[in-house]
Amino acid sequence: MSVLVIADYENGELKPGAAAVVTAAAAIDADVHVLVAGQDVGAVAGQAAEIQGVAKVRVADAAHYKAMLAEPMAELLRALSGDYAAILAVANTDGKNFMPRLAALLDVSQISDITEVVSADTFVRPIYAGNAMATVQSGDAIKIITVRTTTFAKAELTGGSAPVEDVSAADDPGISSFVKNELSESERPELTSARIVVSGGRGMQSGDNFPMLFEVADQLGAAVGASRAAVDAGYVPNEFQVGQTGKVVAPELYIAVGISGAIQHLAGMKDSKVIVAINKDEEAPIFQIADFGLVADLFKAVPELKEELEKLPPA
Amino acid sequence: MKILVPVKRVVDYNVKIRVKADQTGVDLNNVKMSMNPFDEIAVEEALRMKEAGSADEVVAVSIGVQQCQETIRTALAMGADRGILVKTDAELEPLHVAKILKAVIDEENPELVILGKQAIDDDCNQTGQMLAALLGRPQGTFASKLELVDGKLNVTREVDAGLQTITIDMPAIVTTDLRLNEPRYASLPNIMKAKKKPIIENTPEDMGIDIAPRLSVLKVEEPPKREAGIKVETVGDLVDKLRNEAGVI
Ligand SMILES: Cc1cc2nc3c(=O)[nH]c(=O)nc-3n(C[C@H](O)[C@H](O)[C@H](O)COP(=O)(O)OP(=O)(O)OC[C@H]3O[C@@H](n4cnc5c(N)ncnc54)[C@H](O)[C@@H]3O)c2cc1C
Ligand SMILES: Nc1ncnc2c1ncn2[C@@H]1O[C@H](COP(=O)(O)O)[C@@H](O)[C@H]1O
Repeated sequence: MSVLVIADYENGELKPGAAAVVTAAAAIDADVHVLVAGQDVGAVAGQAAEIQGVAKVRVADAAHYKAMLAEPMAELLRALSGDYAAILAVANTDGKNFMPRLAALLDVSQISDITEVVSADTFVRPIYAGNAMATVQSGDAIKIITVRTTTFAKAELTGGSAPVEDVSAADDPGISSFVKNELSESERPELTSARIVVSGGRGMQSGDNFPMLFEVADQLGAAVGASRAAVDAGYVPNEFQVGQTGKVVAPELYIAVGISGAIQHLAGMKDSKVIVAINKDEEAPIFQIADFGLVADLFKAVPELKEELEKLPPA
Repeated sequence: MKILVPVKRVVDYNVKIRVKADQTGVDLNNVKMSMNPFDEIAVEEALRMKEAGSADEVVAVSIGVQQCQETIRTALAMGADRGILVKTDAELEPLHVAKILKAVIDEENPELVILGKQAIDDDCNQTGQMLAALLGRPQGTFASKLELVDGKLNVTREVDAGLQTITIDMPAIVTTDLRLNEPRYASLPNIMKAKKKPIIENTPEDMGIDIAPRLSVLKVEEPPKREAGIKVETVGDLVDKLRNEAGVI
């Protein structure tokens, strides 16, 4: 039976996470459909149709899907669910919002944040901030799944040519409405898909010191992240938070600056390929998982890093 | 307005858990247990609404083993008015918890339910959304600000790209994010007072809720260990290693 992937997009662009979910979905069943829900999402549907391994793209175009509010999204997915053995979405703040609502409408236990598909009904997922990995088997007729995209290879974004069809919108329950977004503008790569991430913690001491990290990040083409402590203190906005209850990242290079390495932070970055820690306390737990540790005052080390990077010949 | 706050008893966030050698689960023997941190934020928010005059009663509910009573007492010591313990030794999934909470809500009729966004043991992030679905009510998840305006609730939500504000009808279900507030500590006199506050007990069986598992845990393993690397002496060394050894810059 077919499986359905909910497309994740922003400003008319499909996000790369969707391609990782396609890979997870294809491990359950080869007949992978992608649903694009929103308003004027033709371009996104076109991009989804090109992902290799996608057999069909379905488009639900209605004003009430624009903000991906949970109440209308869950109704739409419920209406489509009869065709599917599994429905999968990215474990981001949208997927985490509407998927459990859908699961309950279908009287199904959701499997959150999977990192591996063992078989069509068995999945691996982290628990206790990733300090344990549970293999769970679902006895439900339809599997409702959110996917940790960092652990799945992305399906090729081009080369496919799936047919695109419209599906009718479901009614908006009319109990919730979108008011506004306050989104920070940034030219930097998106945190969860960046190749390099530079993160700052409480050691940064103030938001005024973050531009120092932004400069290094821009030299490296990196995204900028932060610990909870740095977000709570107001140095940077909430969307910077990496960790158990923030974003999960797994870049090729993660540079932790002034971050102690609490388990809740490690949960969000310990699958990075190479980890660098800059911390003045040589006992800081972050050094236990860092490939390269530098015991130093960050206010000296970060400007030096900027200079060294300037000197570096192009790769 | 009555506010219901579900509070879960979980392994304290400071504990580094150990996976059992037989891979059946996590070793919870002699481990410090506490209220799920997101639920402390939920209790705090409910209390602030009561103190601001927009709520008149705060009821804490916990579902699980007898010791969940301690978690309820913690909520009562913070200032909640009374407690409900739904007692079971069974392993529950968020769907079961949501069904039990729905039954409690059908009795209690709170106008607002505030849950944590995520329990830090199962890391599911499901229960509030499921409860909202079962009740046919709107959900304001990952809240960092709540505002009651003209009988509706404005919820500012922490989303991946920043903040989103939505308006939802009441009665509503809300789940808390970290920046909603900073929970208070219970004072000694309030801890003493909490001992006299009422807690009623019930069971899923008495409530007629089916808690048969939908998921079976086949095994629980330790994640792959990361080897500690090396210390570098200078920033120059670091850059050299990243370029020439790791090849990442
Ligand atoms: C429910 C819950 C959820 C949580 N979720 C998350 C999460 O998702 N993400 C997360 O990150 N945390 C999370 N936490 C918080 C976590 O437990 C830690 O409190 C937090 O990660 C600490 O942040 P930090 O390392 O920046 O601060 P600290 O632990 O205070 O560490 C600061 C570090 O900076 C170093 N330093 C200070 N000055 C300098 C200097 N001049 N030069 C070099 N180094 C310096 C210090 O040696 C220290 O190691 C959560 C906690 C709870 C209870
Ligand atoms: N056993 C329980 N008793 C009371 N509340 C619970 C229980 N399980 C989950 N919750 C509530 O649901 C929230 C989210 O839990 P979860 O969906 O398991 O991540 C928690 O923060 C609690 O508010």
